[in-house]
Amino acid sequence: MFSGIKTVAQFRRKYSEAIKSDKWKSVVGLEVHAQIMSESKLFSGASTKFSSPVNNNVSLFDCSIPGTLPVLNKRCVEAGVLTALALNCHVNPVSWFDRKHYFYADMPTGYQITQQRAPLAVDGIFSFEVLPVGSQKTSYKKQVKIKQLQLEQDSGKSLHDVDRSLVDLNRAGIPLMELVFEPDLKDGEEAAALVKELVNILQRIKTCSCKMEEGAMRVDANVSIHREGEPLGTRTEIKNIASVRGVASAIQYEIGRQIKIKDSGGTIINETRGWDAATKTTVAMRDKEVQQDYRYMPEPNLPPLHIAMGPVERGCVNADELRKLIPELPEETRERLKELGLTHEQTIILVNDFTLLSIFEEAAQKRKINYKHLANFLINDLLTILNKNEVEPNDINCSSDYYGEIVELLQNNKINRNTACMLVQEIVSGNQIRPTKIVQEKNLFQITDIAELTKLCQEVINENEKAVRDYKSGKIKALKYLMGAIGKKSKNLADMAKANDILKTLLHK
Amino acid sequence: MFLKNQQSQKIDLLKLPPKTTIDADTIALLERLSLVDCANKKGIETLEAAIEFADQILQVDTTNIEPLITVLEDIPLRVREDKVTEGNCKEDILKNASVTEEEYFVAPPGNIPLEARENPLYEEELT
Repeated sequence: MFSGIKTVAQFRRKYSEAIKSDKWKSVVGLEVHAQIMSESKLFSGASTKFSSPVNNNVSLFDCSIPGTLPVLNKRCVEAGVLTALALNCHVNPVSWFDRKHYFYADMPTGYQITQQRAPLAVDGIFSFEVLPVGSQKTSYKKQVKIKQLQLEQDSGKSLHDVDRSLVDLNRAGIPLMELVFEPDLKDGEEAAALVKELVNILQRIKTCSCKMEEGAMRVDANVSIHREGEPLGTRTEIKNIASVRGVASAIQYEIGRQIKIKDSGGTIINETRGWDAATKTTVAMRDKEVQQDYRYMPEPNLPPLHIAMGPVERGCVNADELRKLIPELPEETRERLKELGLTHEQTIILVNDFTLLSIFEEAAQKRKINYKHLANFLINDLLTILNKNEVEPNDINCSSDYYGEIVELLQNNKINRNTACMLVQEIVSGNQIRPTKIVQEKNLFQITDIAELTKLCQEVINENEKAVRDYKSGKIKALKYLMGAIGKKSKNLADMAKANDILKTLLHK
Repeated sequence: MFLKNQQSQKIDLLKLPPKTTIDADTIALLERLSLVDCANKKGIETLEAAIEFADQILQVDTTNIEPLITVLEDIPLRVREDKVTEGNCKEDILKNASVTEEEYFVAPPGNIPLEARENPLYEEELT
C-alpha cells in the first residue's frame, strides 16, 4: 500500500486515508445545561448574582429547611418557551415537574427538581454552518434534532480537599434549561459549530449569557464509535468542558482514544470521563458510577405547568405572545447579508463575530459602498491590524463610519490598500481625526497619474541596473524587487497595479 | 372539585397476583439508595406486605382513563415575579450545621457508598 511513496507528504496523505478507510464512524450527541438569565432562582427568591459571598444567596428553601415549598419563577418559564420556539421545538401545552433522587453534599434536599417524563418542549430542529478549520474544505450546512428542553434546578458547588468537601449553596436552585440533542453529530468540529450557533441564538433572545467561564453554560458530550454498517458502539460521557474550543478538543481526543482501544482489541466501558484541559486528555472520573437509580417521582408540591397557545387561553405565559418577541436569528441574518452581496463564507464569519457584525451593519447603514468589499476589509485588514496590536474591536472608541469612509476612499481609488491599513492603524492608536482629513493633511492620495507613474518607473529602472539585467535574463523575482523600489520611492503611495503594467511595458521596450 | 364518572369496583382478594418476595440483593440495593435502615427480616416483611396491599390497584379497570398524578391537577400553578426577595441570611442558613469553615458547610469527601452488610437478613432490629 505504501510502495511508490517518495516524499513524507505523500506518506502522511496515504496514512490519513488509511485511517479514514478503516471505516470507523464516530457519533456524538450533546447535552447542554444553560443557565437562564434571571434575577432570582427557579423556585425561590434568592439572588442569582455571580461571585457573591459564600452562602449569601441561599434562601431557607434552597438549603432544604423543612416547611418550605417551591414557587415557580415566571421569567424562567418565559425563557424556556422563548428558547424552545427559537429552536423550532414543539412546546408542550402541559408539562410536569419530577424529583430525581441521589445523595450528594451540594444537594441538600437529596433530590433535584427536573422535568423528566413531560418536559417543557420536545422535537426541535435547527441548522447551522460548519466551517472546517484549515484545509481546502468548504463550509457545509448541518441539521441537528433536539430531543427535549426541560427546566431544572442546579446544585450547589463543592470544593474538594483531601479529607473533606466544602459546600457553597449559592448555586443550589439556580434555573437551568437542559437541552438534549440527538446524536446527529459526527465529530468535535461539528459539535463546536453547534455550540457556537446555539450561543449566538441564546444571546440574541437574551435567555442565557452563555459565559462558559462563569458556569452559565455547560456542555457534556456523549461519544461512541462503530464500524460502517454495524450498530452504535458503547458510549462514554465527557464532562467538565469549559470552552467552545474545549468541546472540539475533548471530542476529538475521545474519538481517537476509543479508536486506539478498539484497534488493539479492547472494549469501551460505558463510563463518565472528565476533560482535563491541562493535559488535553479525558480521564475516568473519581466517583466510579455505581448502579444509579434515580427513583423518579412526580414533584408533589407543584401542579402541572400550562402554557397558553392558539385557542388554549389557560397558562401562566402565552407562547404566541412570546413568539413575537423573537428577534432576527443568525440564519436569517446570514440570508440577509447574502442579499447584500456578501459571499457565503463572509456571512458565516460575520455572523459568528457579534462585534464585527455590528461594525459592519453600522458602517453599511451610513454609506452606499460595495458591501462585499466592506466585509472583506473588516474581516481581513481590520482584524489583522487589531491582532497585531493585541486589541479587541470593542476597545476602539470610534464610529464605525470611519471604516466605511476608508472603504469608500479605496473604492474610488483615492487611496491604495497600504494607506488604508495605515489609516486603520491610526484609528487603533487613538487618532480621532476623520480618515479623509488625515489623507488630505498628509497628502496620502494615491498616485494614479500615468505621466507621474511613468516618470517614477523610469527612475527606478535607471537606478537599479542590476535588477533590470536580472529580469531581462529571466529572473522573475527581480520584478518584485523593482516593484518594492517603486513603493519605497513613492512612499507607498503609487497605484501598484498600474505601476506594474507601466514597469513591464518600459522593461520590454 | 368533584370526580366525574365515579365508579366503585370490588376488589377480589382471591384474584391478586402472586405475592412478590424481596431477595437479599434487592433489599441491600434499596437500603443503599434510600439510606433507610430496612435490610432486616422485619423490613423485608413490611415491604412485602406493602406491595401485596398495593397489588389490589391492578384490578381496577383503567381503559381510556388518563393517569392521575395528583388530585390537584386543576389548580393553576402559581408563579412569582422575577425579583430578589430572599437570601442574605447566612447566619440562619449555617445555624444548624455542626461543622462549618469560613462560611462553607463542611461535608465528608465525595460519596461514601454504604458498606454492604454481611448478612442482610439478620434477625435483630436496630432501635
